[in-house]
Amino acid sequence: MFKKIFLLFFISFILINCSDSEDDIVDDNKNSISYDRSKMLIHWADKIIIPAHTAFKETLANLDNSTKAFVASPNQTNLDDLRSKWLVSYKSWQHIEMFDIGKAEEIYFKSKMNVYPIDKIWLDNNIEKGSYDLENPNNYSSQGYPALDYMLYGIGLDDMSILNKYTKNANYINYLTALVNKMVSSTNTVINDWTNYRATFVSSTDNTATSSVNKLTNDFIYYYEKGLRANKVGIPAGVFSGAPLKVNVESYYKQDVSKELLLEAMDASIKFYNGTSYDGLSSGPSLKSYLTHLNSSKDGSSLSVLVATKLEAAKTQINSLSNNFVTQIESDNSKLLITYDAIQTVVVLLKVDMLQAFNVNVDYPDADGD
Amino acid sequence: MFLKILNTSIYFNKKSSSAPLAVFRIGFGLLMCYSIIRFWLKGWIETLYVQPEFHFSYYGFDWVKPLDNYTYLLFLICGASAFLIAIGFKYRLSMFIFFLSFTYIELMDKTTYLNHYYFISILSFLMLFIPANATFSIDNLINGKVYQKVPKWTLDSLKVLLSIVYIYSGLAKINSDWLLKAMPLKIWLPSKFDLPLIGENLMQLEWVHYAMSWGGMFYDLFIPFLLLYKRTRLFGFFLVVFFHMFTKVLFPIGMFPYIMIIGSLIFFESKFHIKILKFLKKIILSISGTNNLFNDSKFKLIDIYKIKKEKLVISIVSLFFIIQFLFPLRNLLYPGELFWNEQGYRFSWRVMLIEKKGYSVFKIVDQEKGTFFYVNNEDFLTPFQEKQMSFQPDFILEYAHYLGDSYSLQGYENIQVFVDSYVALNGRLSQRYIDEKIDLYKEKESFKHKKWILPLNDEIKDL
Repeated sequence: MFKKIFLLFFISFILINCSDSEDDIVDDNKNSISYDRSKMLIHWADKIIIPAHTAFKETLANLDNSTKAFVASPNQTNLDDLRSKWLVSYKSWQHIEMFDIGKAEEIYFKSKMNVYPIDKIWLDNNIEKGSYDLENPNNYSSQGYPALDYMLYGIGLDDMSILNKYTKNANYINYLTALVNKMVSSTNTVINDWTNYRATFVSSTDNTATSSVNKLTNDFIYYYEKGLRANKVGIPAGVFSGAPLKVNVESYYKQDVSKELLLEAMDASIKFYNGTSYDGLSSGPSLKSYLTHLNSSKDGSSLSVLVATKLEAAKTQINSLSNNFVTQIESDNSKLLITYDAIQTVVVLLKVDMLQAFNVNVDYPDADGD
Repeated sequence: MFLKILNTSIYFNKKSSSAPLAVFRIGFGLLMCYSIIRFWLKGWIETLYVQPEFHFSYYGFDWVKPLDNYTYLLFLICGASAFLIAIGFKYRLSMFIFFLSFTYIELMDKTTYLNHYYFISILSFLMLFIPANATFSIDNLINGKVYQKVPKWTLDSLKVLLSIVYIYSGLAKINSDWLLKAMPLKIWLPSKFDLPLIGENLMQLEWVHYAMSWGGMFYDLFIPFLLLYKRTRLFGFFLVVFFHMFTKVLFPIGMFPYIMIIGSLIFFESKFHIKILKFLKKIILSISGTNNLFNDSKFKLIDIYKIKKEKLVISIVSLFFIIQFLFPLRNLLYPGELFWNEQGYRFSWRVMLIEKKGYSVFKIVDQEKGTFFYVNNEDFLTPFQEKQMSFQPDFILEYAHYLGDSYSLQGYENIQVFVDSYVALNGRLSQRYIDEKIDLYKEKESFKHKKWILPLNDEIKDL
């Protein structure tokens, strides 16, 4: 009897150790009844992430060229051109920020591109000193699109005085150039890495805190909750502070494009959720279809459709806002608060319902369960 | 009546070999010692107890808090006493220290509550009254006495406790979510798609979810009986090993499977345990190289271990079991859905029954000015604490008070604390969880029903 039991122990431990190890004995020609995550990852990489980055890189190249032209001759025409290229590129950026994965995460890409409000004192000091380290986290709020917003709209009361700064003080020219150069080089680092990273990305299909599906799902939710909901709407509307904070509006100095940027970010989120390709021409496996797949074996209402509907409802709410969030706050902040609530509805659906359905391993410092 | 009393007194006079208790003690001590070391090495003392600035307390135990860096000392004491239990050195004292230190650790923060931690606490309390050092212990060497037999009830009490755990957790599985919807296994199993061999196929099949739900229920209900009867014992033990190892593969349940497997050895006959002790003896001898250690002439062989003040001890143990029988049923005193309200959910062997996710954000309102702002939970809680807080009413209330106190200290006045809370249970769509119009800062924690929990828009049928 004792021997039998000992043997039983032995066998079961071997079994456990086998299943603990990560050898992939799974046959390749399986007729998978589980959701095909690798197809979803390939779609995300090839139809959404990489095209979005490629398009973004182009807008940044245009911004770079216009910067060079402006630096060569800082006049009104070149300023107008530079400003328009800045806006196009800023809008394109809204499709990139959520992909905080791989190299982007490693080099703090989004912190270098879009931290606002800017630290005006620090930034002015940078210009004046003429020496700065843009890698330093203290400088995250003195670079990227918000810093350009300031450099193109905020350093003078009117265009005349802005142009004067550039013609009279080489430091402004230098800082502008440095900012754009930094943005270009960071972007190149991220995009170049995707050529190698793509293979790693699409092959990581398991259910761990660091696997691609879980990580990007978490990134998406994090972006929607923090980058979009809190930064663009909640914080300026005073949801977290008791009183509105106008200076926290995205593109505070240009002002009248705050809604445009938010709409762009909302569109990017909707497209990602629905699995719409970056060019908008095709669609593929997505969070939505994954949810539909899981829901198919479950009774009750269809969560996948509900999320899509609520996202559209939030977008409609955004459309009712004024183009300029600073004036929106001044005239009727409650509209921003209502918009915040509409966006928030989806946060609950994503974080509670969707994550429950996926049973995603979230990046908690793990503890045992029972 | 007299016959009954006669019967019970006959029962309490029955004897049994002391070997099973010794094996149980050694297994318990070593597993606990390993658990503590494992906990330490994973860095959980730091992340769960030292780092967080706020800890969720059990009602009435808010004086039990982590001791900063001395928390490590506490774990050291706990682990060391577990080792002393294993070798049977000053058994009663070591057990007492283990019980206190382990229970203290569990009371420090209810975020980490696990049924099996509670099981360890009450088991170590029970073991205080059981002569598990009667044989094969250092205490034998110290006292020069070895006891061959112990009162049978001491052995049986361990079996009863294990049976309570199994049967109550089996009864808890008799509910419509578990049996008729295969929830939450229907959520959990498909997400194990990355398991080798079974992940992409078996785990995805609906009938497997149902089979495992029903199988789990029958397993829990009947395993104590299978282990009790000699003819089914080996089969029962095979099931124990299979069941716990399978759940170990599926879920992050730490040490629990090993505890249950080693624990169920107690059901085997003494012959089996004597063999284990002989085997251990051989190993120890081959390591130490001396034959002196177990030289029988050193010991006085005593037939039966007499428990001091046995009547008192039996009364305490009986009371303990009455409480163990009744305590898991206390949810009956509360209205509403147990899985939703979680009033009387803990300490009642409801294991793996619910998949619950919540989202709770708190609104701090200045009552006079009418201004408000939302709290960023990350400023106060660890992600793990936030996760646990977001769907448990007592956590939500305690945290609301902590927020109220914190902001009052910061100089805010006329504070009200409201919560925007949404919870999804077992695959249902999320719904509002707490009445958003209730100022939680004014609500007091108690054992009474919390009226501000909004009812679940559905019914779960159970026993």
